[in-house]
Amino acid sequence: MAKINGKEVSEAKGKTVGRYIEENGYKKTYIAVEINGAILPKAEYESRIINDEDIIEIVNFVGGG
Amino acid sequence: MTKNEFINALKERHGAEIYEKLINSRAAVAGLGGLGSNVALALARAGVGELFLVDFDCVDITNLNRQQYDISDIGKPKTIALAQRIRAVNPIIRIKRKKIKVTENNAAELFCNYNIVCECFDKAENKAMLINTLLTSHKDFTVVSASGMAGYDTGNTIQSRRINDHFYICGDMVSGIEKGMGLMAPRVGICAMHQANTALRLMLGEKDV
Repeated sequence: MAKINGKEVSEAKGKTVGRYIEENGYKKTYIAVEINGAILPKAEYESRIINDEDIIEIVNFVGGG
Repeated sequence: MTKNEFINALKERHGAEIYEKLINSRAAVAGLGGLGSNVALALARAGVGELFLVDFDCVDITNLNRQQYDISDIGKPKTIALAQRIRAVNPIIRIKRKKIKVTENNAAELFCNYNIVCECFDKAENKAMLINTLLTSHKDFTVVSASGMAGYDTGNTIQSRRINDHFYICGDMVSGIEKGMGLMAPRVGICAMHQANTALRLMLGEKDV
């Protein structure tokens, strides 16, 4: 099962990263997605399909500095 | 005070080995607001050899509540005002500065001489842009970022996290200005010191948080 932000997520398998982040309410311009230790380029969000072995971290930025 | 007296004072405090590592280190600070002005000053006080200060903005009256500027700085470019402040506490540091807006088109080139980049922007989309641009650029950047430091909730929720060897992030990850919380000196300062400490640890070879 894919692990996303530390939790095993059964419904992620087979979806593109783009679809998963949209379904989970993330705004594409506010996030960075790391898969298995590397940042996924934004251009690959719609083509990269999540599989069972993936360990994914979605970093959602909030404003302030 | 002579430069040698300053150097000897740093060596006495930190030990010669740490002094040498830090004086031969450099970092870039992207954004010179509440985070960046504090990060840069902390690194300068610690004896880091070179800082690259980047911001497009000038000091505004609304910055005084949390940023390391004073009334006489209002209207000056932040790059110039902060460089003056830094030189007043560290006479030997090399300061490079650029008054420019960082974009996905110029970021990788702009920071190419700096392995450590502190992301100190205020807008969420600019933070994400810098991370995504630098960490997919095939250059050897390590970014120390920040997210979540608004308001006056407990300071104990602000932490340093390592996402991977090239991506560290400090903050509580949730307290954003979008929720209507203002930015106040203590929590912004705590977060900035987490960033500065993480950057310092990287310079000293410590990769854990």
